Amino acid sequence: MKLLTHNFMSSRFLKGVNEGYPLRLHVTKMENRDVEFNAEFVKNIMSKCDYGALRTACESINEASKLPANLPDDLSEHDDILRELHRVLFCIEVIEGELECPDTGRRFPIHDSIPNLLVEDNE
Amino acid sequence: MASLRVRPEHSGPPELYYNEVEASRYASNSHILSIQAEMAERALELLALPEDKSAFILDVGCGSGMSGEVLTNADHFWIGLDISLPMLKIASADKDAQDNSDYVWQDMGAGVPFRPGTFDGAISISAIQWLCHANSKKENPRKRLHDFFQSLYASLARGSRAVFQFYPENEQQVDLIMSQATKAGFNGGLVVDYPESTKAKKVYLVLMTGGVANLPPSLSCDEPRKSQVDNTERTFTISGRRDSKPAKGSKAWIEAKRQRMVRKGRDVRHESKYSGRKRKPKF
Repeated sequence: MKLLTHNFMSSRFLKGVNEGYPLRLHVTKMENRDVEFNAEFVKNIMSKCDYGALRTACESINEASKLPANLPDDLSEHDDILRELHRVLFCIEVIEGELECPDTGRRFPIHDSIPNLLVEDNE
Repeated sequence: MASLRVRPEHSGPPELYYNEVEASRYASNSHILSIQAEMAERALELLALPEDKSAFILDVGCGSGMSGEVLTNADHFWIGLDISLPMLKIASADKDAQDNSDYVWQDMGAGVPFRPGTFDGAISISAIQWLCHANSKKENPRKRLHDFFQSLYASLARGSRAVFQFYPENEQQVDLIMSQATKAGFNGGLVVDYPESTKAKKVYLVLMTGGVANLPPSLSCDEPRKSQVDNTERTFTISGRRDSKPAKGSKAWIEAKRQRMVRKGRDVRHESKYSGRKRKPKF
């Protein structure tokens, strides 16, 4: 699972959860992959991304050292920031770990980089 | 006829049907592969995404990633949702797609697990009909469809579309799906490609968020895109009568005629070794 996916995931589908965002990330195994850099796509996706949530997720896995506290208004002029965003969004692959619903504390396991969000009928 | 074909959704829940054996069989079938890819391409076309721009797409019921391959080739980033883990494992093992995709193991009837306004579009190939069947007492197809469409509507960006290809079993099924989609706030309808052909006919449910827009025209022509092999015409005929009748003038024909005359009580010459023989040329 990439941090990009994590940034958009929410546990709203659980009963009684309205926000369910951001899911807390616990990682036991991760990997760095080489993914082609596409500046245009990173810029597009950053317009929808929740930067606060992304930074918190990166901090929890000690990958936030190069991320600025606040994003500049115009990203096109900051190639280094775009590349760093690309690295955390696309290259980091969470292989094993857990996602935790911030409202209920329900934990969803991540195994072989596929998060398991299946729930029982009464949840 | 479609109704006589075995429908996998009648045999049980998808997570049990698409076990490891069935998943690998499905994923390695080249016939299924080419049809799925063709339908995914058409679905992508119906999404009407802005050109030359990578989009963020949700693939509902992505299976082994056949439809996702089309999205990958079009340079989109996509998230695949499926209830069958063996299928997801096959999909995520594909090295070519890894950079452009991510997978989530989830039951679509429980709702789409993403925050509002996430996706630029959603596609689903041959998956939504699974929602119309209840596999346990607690499952209510109407409610599951409702939860699914409602959460999908929320997770789509305004003005984006969702395209579902499916094989409707009957009118009621189409009505059920349509009514739940409309209740969730979608507008849109069915686009039926090649309605005149039983085999090439494909049904796409095109759902739009925000504003009333015209449905895209469906494909229709005398020569539909090939999705099956033609049955070659047989050039030989089997006729019992022709075989039983001897050639006129042959020894068997003479003998048969003689027998016929005997039965009628006529006076005929007896059969000998000379019967039906050609006479020697006379000077």
